[in-house]
Amino acid sequence: MESFDYLFFLEVLTGGLLSGVMYSLVAIGFVLIYKTSGVLNFAQGALLLFAALTFVSLVERGVPFYLALVLTFAIMVLLGIGIERAVLRPLVNKPPITLFMATLGLSYVVEGAAQLLWGTQVHALELGIEDVPFKFYGVFISQFDLFASAVAALMVIGLTLFFRYTRIGLTFRAVADDQFAALAVGLRLPRIWATVWATSGLVALVAGLLWGARSGVQFSLSLVVLKALPVLVLGGFDSIAGAIVGGLLIGASEKLAEVYIGEYFGGGIEGWFAYAIALVFLLIRPSGLFGQKLVERV
Amino acid sequence: MAAITSQPVVSAKFPGWIAPLVILVFTFGIVPFIGSSYLIEALLLPFLALSLAGVGLNLLTGYAGQVSLGSAAFMAVGAFAAFNFNLRVEGLPLLVSIALAGGIAAAVGIVFGLPSLRLRGFYLAVSTLAAQFFVQWALTKFGWFSNDNPSGVIDAPKLTIAGIDFDSSTGRYYFALIVVTALTFFAWRVASSQTGRNFIAIRDNETAARIIGVPVLRTKLLAFALSSFIIGVAGVLWAFAYLRTVEPAGFNLDRSFQILFIIIIGGLATIRGAFLGAALMVVFPVVLSRVGSFLLGDLFDSGMLDMSQRIVIGALIIAFLILEPDGLAALGRRLTGRFRPNTPEPVG
Amino acid sequence: MVNAHYTALDETSAVREYSPLPVSRPSTRRVANVDSNALSQPPILALAGITLSFGGVTAIANVDLAVQPGEIRAVIGPNGAGKSSLINVISGQYRPDAGNVSLNGKTYKQLPAQKAARLGIARTFQNLALFKGLTVLENVMTGLTFQRRSTFIGQAFGSPRARREEREARERALQIIDFLRLGHVHDRLAGSLPYGLQKRVELARALAPDPQILLLDEPMAGMTATEKQEMAGFVRAARQDYGTTIILIEHDIGVVMGLSDRIAVLDYGRKIADGTPAEVRADQAVIDAYLGVAREDHEEADV
Repeated sequence: MESFDYLFFLEVLTGGLLSGVMYSLVAIGFVLIYKTSGVLNFAQGALLLFAALTFVSLVERGVPFYLALVLTFAIMVLLGIGIERAVLRPLVNKPPITLFMATLGLSYVVEGAAQLLWGTQVHALELGIEDVPFKFYGVFISQFDLFASAVAALMVIGLTLFFRYTRIGLTFRAVADDQFAALAVGLRLPRIWATVWATSGLVALVAGLLWGARSGVQFSLSLVVLKALPVLVLGGFDSIAGAIVGGLLIGASEKLAEVYIGEYFGGGIEGWFAYAIALVFLLIRPSGLFGQKLVERV
Repeated sequence: MAAITSQPVVSAKFPGWIAPLVILVFTFGIVPFIGSSYLIEALLLPFLALSLAGVGLNLLTGYAGQVSLGSAAFMAVGAFAAFNFNLRVEGLPLLVSIALAGGIAAAVGIVFGLPSLRLRGFYLAVSTLAAQFFVQWALTKFGWFSNDNPSGVIDAPKLTIAGIDFDSSTGRYYFALIVVTALTFFAWRVASSQTGRNFIAIRDNETAARIIGVPVLRTKLLAFALSSFIIGVAGVLWAFAYLRTVEPAGFNLDRSFQILFIIIIGGLATIRGAFLGAALMVVFPVVLSRVGSFLLGDLFDSGMLDMSQRIVIGALIIAFLILEPDGLAALGRRLTGRFRPNTPEPVG
Repeated sequence: MVNAHYTALDETSAVREYSPLPVSRPSTRRVANVDSNALSQPPILALAGITLSFGGVTAIANVDLAVQPGEIRAVIGPNGAGKSSLINVISGQYRPDAGNVSLNGKTYKQLPAQKAARLGIARTFQNLALFKGLTVLENVMTGLTFQRRSTFIGQAFGSPRARREEREARERALQIIDFLRLGHVHDRLAGSLPYGLQKRVELARALAPDPQILLLDEPMAGMTATEKQEMAGFVRAARQDYGTTIILIEHDIGVVMGLSDRIAVLDYGRKIADGTPAEVRADQAVIDAYLGVAREDHEEADV
């Protein structure tokens, strides 16, 4: 009788959790925008791709690392502000599903523009971290994944502090709570939304760089958005903590499912397993683990 | 605007019998004679298949308000089901195989439509994505669907109906045209009946609809079933009449988005919207590539074409959602003043 | 044989007569006396001990309500008193934490909302729940859809039953539309009408199936004095000619006093008074909570 290989299980689990962190990074960008404007930004993946491509192309053209970083951030901020003004503002009173479809269209525009500008080849992205696995109590852990988790943790802490303790963060929360009331108190909504999109652009940049370093910068990068949606369902669309927890859960269960039950299905279930979990959640607890329940008033 | 204008707003049925008659005469009688093989193969056949898919999706998303991002999956179900029925059941007429395939697609549609009983808006969209990924995976993974063909790509069967060979390009055109005409007529009849009104009622205010006695559960599942049936048959047309191969790759997420874009651009909750949108989708890449090579010469390669296409389509979606949420159908009919908008403007 | 004739409020239109309508159920209640003083009759609707809370906030606390057949019953009270919640309990949208609802003698813990229409309950909504993508006529016809037996296939292919049902529904809808003087807009999209007309369309849709009980959730909100007069006239006519029992939530006290047979007053989820308009007007608890002292020269909206 073969005893259960705990070490292997831990390894898969850890790998899954760390992979899940990468999902969370993407999901956080969604949450930021959803929290403050109620828009589910399907174009977040495209923005990721745009950021990664811009950075890599600048570096390849000889721009120094940190300068390229700053330039890309500036471009992302401008892009975010442009999107808010050209796409979101004209649609401000439309139902959420209209806005969602607009972001679908937006994702096409950004993806196309990114590749039209910088080309369609695959690029390698070097961040200076060696992807060398090291052993930790008998379990193999990827150094890169650990670095990514550290970055994610920093970002979450930074954002949480930002929301809770700074003035701008407070206004974000006010707008998320009640846009009309925010207007009534004199908060300038357009400026706030522009800031939100800029912040989201920063998150996209960080996530884009990490993902790009991990799997190369190519078109399929924009498809990470499809992994982020189940994370949001699990964690709640408007919760950063939820994005983290959801990401970890999805990442872990995906990997575990692939390894342990994948054989019964012939393998390859990683592609849809996250969605299966999301579906179950949608039917039991649509607002997710941390999200706010919406009460519908008739 | 104090006075209530007396301009009557006629509902979006076929505008009198003249226009459809003219269209039918033209498409059945004239086009096959003036159209080249290229026109049919490259433009008309995909146009017909995509239009039908659009008609189906419009019933679900435009009329009944249930957002679906998984329509390509149902096209795939239809195509593969028809292939398997035709292959495995001795002596089954092709038309019957296709009808049964539509039935299978409808059944799958009902299963994946069950979440709509509890979910709305983009929650429902997320669950339809599950359908898209799962179906594509299943069709690729289980060789049985492709008759264990090693390459996974199968040839579509010859189109022989009641002994008549429809396999030439003109033949396939007629076949697709007949199917599309029949199903579009059926969809129009449903949309104009109380069932169609129930769809719109559920879209506009589900709670009120439930209380006044619209059978919400049944109606939603019916919308999924009818829509998936039509989309399934559209998938058969796509594979059997246009591509002549049956493979899962062409029924991916991009295709689902394409069909959704077709009805957004063409006009949600109209029958003609699917055709207008599909026409634009099919014709536009051709136009773009001609214009592109004219302007940029050799610089304009296929990669550039793909990307420019993406940008323009995405921009069109955004533009339509902002400026004309009722799509091309609205733009066209505004001129003649006979139009039912989804988003009514206040009058008086 | 039922001849329904509706007198227009301003008395300038002639009395009209219509041929017998296809009514959904036998009109035994035509004969039911409209005299609300006959409280000896069993109530058509009775709420017993209803308690309802949302996330810790008590919306309704142990409320009883009995409604006699054919009466016009108002429920009034300050905002947040639980009036809309009570209506939502009656129409089956909310399940009370305690208590039950009795309809025609049958008791329910929660009235099945999907069956409300079949049980003879119709309602309008505080925030207007029209189907904006349908015309006025289509909206009203959809109020009759629950009576249909034809399937979607039958409707699509024009089966005799489907065609008959469509014809009958259309006739009935046009009659109601005529009654509520909406004929000039019957072909317009409901969403394109001015607010007052939209409210009337909602009433038409609710009246189309000839309901036993009509729940009106602030039907006069946002209307001008003339519009309120008209609406009140329609409400009265519905009771007069159809014997419809009407439960009404309304803020305009003048309207309520002039229109209702009996009034229940809610405050913070509890019922603080129940009686005729005269009784309620004089009730001290009601005055303290809601009405205030009437000014000498106070003019009520003359309905």
